[in-house]
Amino acid sequence: MSFSFDTILHNFPYLLAAARWTLLISLSGMAISLVWGIFLCAGRMSKGHLLSNGAALYISFFRGVPLLVQLLMFYYMLPYIGIDLPAVQAAILAVGMCSAAYTAEILRGALMAIPAGQSEAAHALGMSSLSLWKRILVPQAIRISMPSLVNELILLVKVSSLASVVGIGELTRISQNIAGETYRPLEIYLAAAVIYFVINWILSIGGRLIERKLQVG
Amino acid sequence: MELDLFVRYGPALLSGFGVTILCWLVGSLGGLVFGFSLACLNRWGPRPLGWLIYAYVEVIRGTPFMIQLFILYYGGPYIGLVLEPVEAGILSFILYGSPYFAEIFRSGFNAVPQGQIEAARCVGLSEKRILWRIILPQMLVPITAPLTNFFIILTKETAILSVVTVPELLYETQTMAAETFSFVEPFLALSLFYWLMVLGANWLGKRVEARVTRHLRRA
Repeated sequence: MSFSFDTILHNFPYLLAAARWTLLISLSGMAISLVWGIFLCAGRMSKGHLLSNGAALYISFFRGVPLLVQLLMFYYMLPYIGIDLPAVQAAILAVGMCSAAYTAEILRGALMAIPAGQSEAAHALGMSSLSLWKRILVPQAIRISMPSLVNELILLVKVSSLASVVGIGELTRISQNIAGETYRPLEIYLAAAVIYFVINWILSIGGRLIERKLQVG
Repeated sequence: MELDLFVRYGPALLSGFGVTILCWLVGSLGGLVFGFSLACLNRWGPRPLGWLIYAYVEVIRGTPFMIQLFILYYGGPYIGLVLEPVEAGILSFILYGSPYFAEIFRSGFNAVPQGQIEAARCVGLSEKRILWRIILPQMLVPITAPLTNFFIILTKETAILSVVTVPELLYETQTMAAETFSFVEPFLALSLFYWLMVLGANWLGKRVEARVTRHLRRA
């Protein structure tokens, strides 16, 4: 059998439509990851031992277990504890909660990279804690962590392919279906790979633009 | 809790664990060697080859592992490459890991000051000796942490191989869960197991790192 561009052209619209689900899962996952990651980071850095150790345990667990296993756990085990979520929402939650562990560490790393002398100087000048965070810590932490956060988003686009395993019709799942119908797995999966690649390429260019925007001087 | 489940399925789980370790070890070591060759070719090879390697690195890093696995396993036969699941798993692992390893080695090459290499050339060392005696020993320090990190990431990626019916740990667990209709215990146990494995690998990595950087600490 020769390589068939027709198959790709014919099925490309379906793949693009499925890519919207890929984007939905990764972007919503990122939103959950950012919000929950900020809380985790705050917990991890807090002086309270219980809070700090709890956050550390969470981060260690979610970084130590394969996302595919987490996804299956969310999918199969949530109903057992009485939470009935549709597959897509369970997947988004799983992806977001896993990614939050990484985001928390990224943010913590960024905050710790800011010299302690700056906070001390701010205190010495009589700056309140609120404006210390607002004017000194957060703006710098965002700038420092931006490359890693964009990286994390790109990773999320790729791991969203795992959601196909629990039957969600995102790009990988739809590719499987089309490949099964047309007996053209090579062409279809290559086309899917191209779409993933282009999405990630756009994200990384966007990330670099934002980084440049955030640069001082 | 149905713990006798684990006794009944013990042999299957054990063999699944064996396959997980096999794919991880062979795949990641193969990826390490291939990645190192890529980094060397990129540095010392002809220019056009460098562009090709760059494209390869970007494409592999920009697409999901699962899609790469599908292309190899389901698409391979259409170009005459028929693979058993385990073979496809290991090969895709090598191909997937190599660009990440290559990038780590590249950063290691760059970490050695250019002046040292120029000095080595001046005293007449061959390029091969420069690589083995000057670059490699020194780059060991900056690359050990990212290397162990990526090895640990790969232990988790083995779970994805279950999707193309590689009979590794997750696959065996899923079989067990499907046959017995109990999902909670198997998946809880599995996640605990992976967690411990990663913690262990992490600890081992720290030990290796301490060993490699011991000359940097004052006595």
